[in-house]
Amino acid sequence: MKKFLKNKAVQSILAALLCIIVGVLVGYIVLLLIEPKGAGEAITGVLKNFFSRKSAGLRTKELGNTLVKTMPLILCSLSILFAYKVGLFNIGAAGQYVIGAGACLYFALQLQLPWYICLLAAILAGALLAGISGLLKAYCNVNEVISGIMLNWISLYAVNALMAPFAPVGKKDTIEISAVNPGALLPRLGLDKLFNGNTKVTIALPITIIVAVLIWILLEKTKLGYELRATGLNKNAAKYCGMKEKRNIILTMLIAGALAGAAAGLYFLSGFKEWDINQSSVPGMGFNGIAGAFLGGLNPIGAIFSSFFIQHITDGGALNLNTQSYPPQIADLISAIIIYLCGFVLFFKMTMNRVIARSDERKLQKQKAVEANTEGGKK
Amino acid sequence: MDLLLQYTLVFTSVLTLVALGGCFSEHSGVINIGLEGIMVIGALGGSLVLKYMSAATPAIWVVLATVGVAIAAGVIYSLLLGVASITFKADQTLVGTAMNMLGVAAATVAVKSINIAETMGSNNSPKVIYSGVKDKLLMAPGTEYSWFLVFAVILLIASYIVLYKTKFGLRLQACGEHPQAAASVGINVVKMRYAGVMISGALGGLGGIVYITAGVSQWQFDVGVAGFGFLSLAVMIFGQWKPVRIVLAALLFGLFRALGSVYTGFDFLNNLNIPKSVYNMLPYIVSLIVLALSSKRSRAPKAEGIPYDKGMR
Repeated sequence: MKKFLKNKAVQSILAALLCIIVGVLVGYIVLLLIEPKGAGEAITGVLKNFFSRKSAGLRTKELGNTLVKTMPLILCSLSILFAYKVGLFNIGAAGQYVIGAGACLYFALQLQLPWYICLLAAILAGALLAGISGLLKAYCNVNEVISGIMLNWISLYAVNALMAPFAPVGKKDTIEISAVNPGALLPRLGLDKLFNGNTKVTIALPITIIVAVLIWILLEKTKLGYELRATGLNKNAAKYCGMKEKRNIILTMLIAGALAGAAAGLYFLSGFKEWDINQSSVPGMGFNGIAGAFLGGLNPIGAIFSSFFIQHITDGGALNLNTQSYPPQIADLISAIIIYLCGFVLFFKMTMNRVIARSDERKLQKQKAVEANTEGGKK
Repeated sequence: MDLLLQYTLVFTSVLTLVALGGCFSEHSGVINIGLEGIMVIGALGGSLVLKYMSAATPAIWVVLATVGVAIAAGVIYSLLLGVASITFKADQTLVGTAMNMLGVAAATVAVKSINIAETMGSNNSPKVIYSGVKDKLLMAPGTEYSWFLVFAVILLIASYIVLYKTKFGLRLQACGEHPQAAASVGINVVKMRYAGVMISGALGGLGGIVYITAGVSQWQFDVGVAGFGFLSLAVMIFGQWKPVRIVLAALLFGLFRALGSVYTGFDFLNNLNIPKSVYNMLPYIVSLIVLALSSKRSRAPKAEGIPYDKGMR
């Protein structure tokens, strides 16, 4: 049992579960405060999401919807955790996602190019934006959090302006890709049939999972990954060992930005949603990625499951809450609380290790005492 | 021109207040990325007071009650950062980011719930309307000069004196430079850091209510405070963590932000035909450039962002 608890993966999962339980509990209390009657039903609705649908067909279709939105979230989580492993907090993922969306939609709607070029455009745009943060960090000592936040807002307004001509007069959303350039939509390869004909389910699913595994391999099994993590643990030590810490910072940001850009590309090229040219706050996808990254214990594979959970409750809030009595943002509140609690994870693990170590020590002392006694008896 | 001056002054005072808040927190050694969230919560508290005040209340009580509640809300909310990052040694950037998201989500949920309850479910907008008593906040009717400007000036002078001329301020700064050295001469680092964070909560909360009452009499809480807390952080860095420089930096940023609000009133700017989005981007672009130029010789408190560990050398 103790050996089991000492395992790092087990500790991460336990910590994540604890965060989720406390987060959901706080959400429930808030629901109770708003309107006690129906709060129980509301919180189960949030947690159930697609399970609330009566027919199996509708359920799989809704599951497909949640999965389509989970994929960009996984990629944003990967973007954040990758940067975090190298000691960078990529809060700019939100802006890299925005600029990626702008780039792929521009290539699809204006230049009428096929999907793989649009996707590449999104990836490059995200990488370039993150590269600015990386350059500023490496050469001008500008904190990547601050530059990332500034770039978030700049890209939001820039993409709004870029997309404005593509919105029909009087509408806030851009025209659908399928109406102008169906070739820019991601191929489905029959995946839609698995989800009861949900046409939004595309190759984005397998691509995302493969990318997550690749990121895990890159971080844990390659020399570059080792160097990057070393830079994250101690920049000066890494420099002393001959690692190019400036290059590593910029490279990390480029990869993180590419991931966030890919998130936008895979999402908007699935045709699930159009760009709203009037939005006045940066889309939450990049920020929710922070929740996904930390709840997943900063592990690429963990991020897959944690991102699914975050998207699951977000959709549950939108799908099952009666907006005449509860605001659907309750789900955002829960994910924000979960991120906050993730700050305590380190403390939680430390306490757990201390408790285990102390009981180990006590056992050892007892053993010694017993041995001493028996030795004494012999004499 | 007059309008530009008014808006510049209002935005400058907001940026100054919030940047000073960040200044106190960082001088004590705690990075406060959560200022945006603190502003939202302060704005929420203050605007709810305005919403429920009757129009017959004397102006002075309106101002004092609003300020008091906004400050109290900011301080209480800032304790989330204090407890996590000081007592439990959490990652300060992570906790601050969570507080920003939590602030917007909590304010949206609160305002929507209030609107739903008031209208039996027919109105679920995240909007607080406080047009009833808003005019009482103004020093001169018809302008944007509110009594809050007076608070901003007083607090600026007070901050300067506290930081440089009092025992408390110098001890606070010591905790941000070298907490172990401070502790060795008997300063309670934990207490000082809590003080720094709570002062930043008070100033951030006040900044929030000043911001949302500038020129408008209603606020959509689902957009938070539109990145103003982050702009304040940029002001603080550009101001090199020093009150007087912070005011000058705030003036520059405030001017660009005000231009975005009132540029339509200038013929020559209108004739240039620059799209509105460029004006919206301007403060952020300027701050990015300014940061790139000024961060190299950064005077940031040395120990900021590092949880206090007694045993560390």
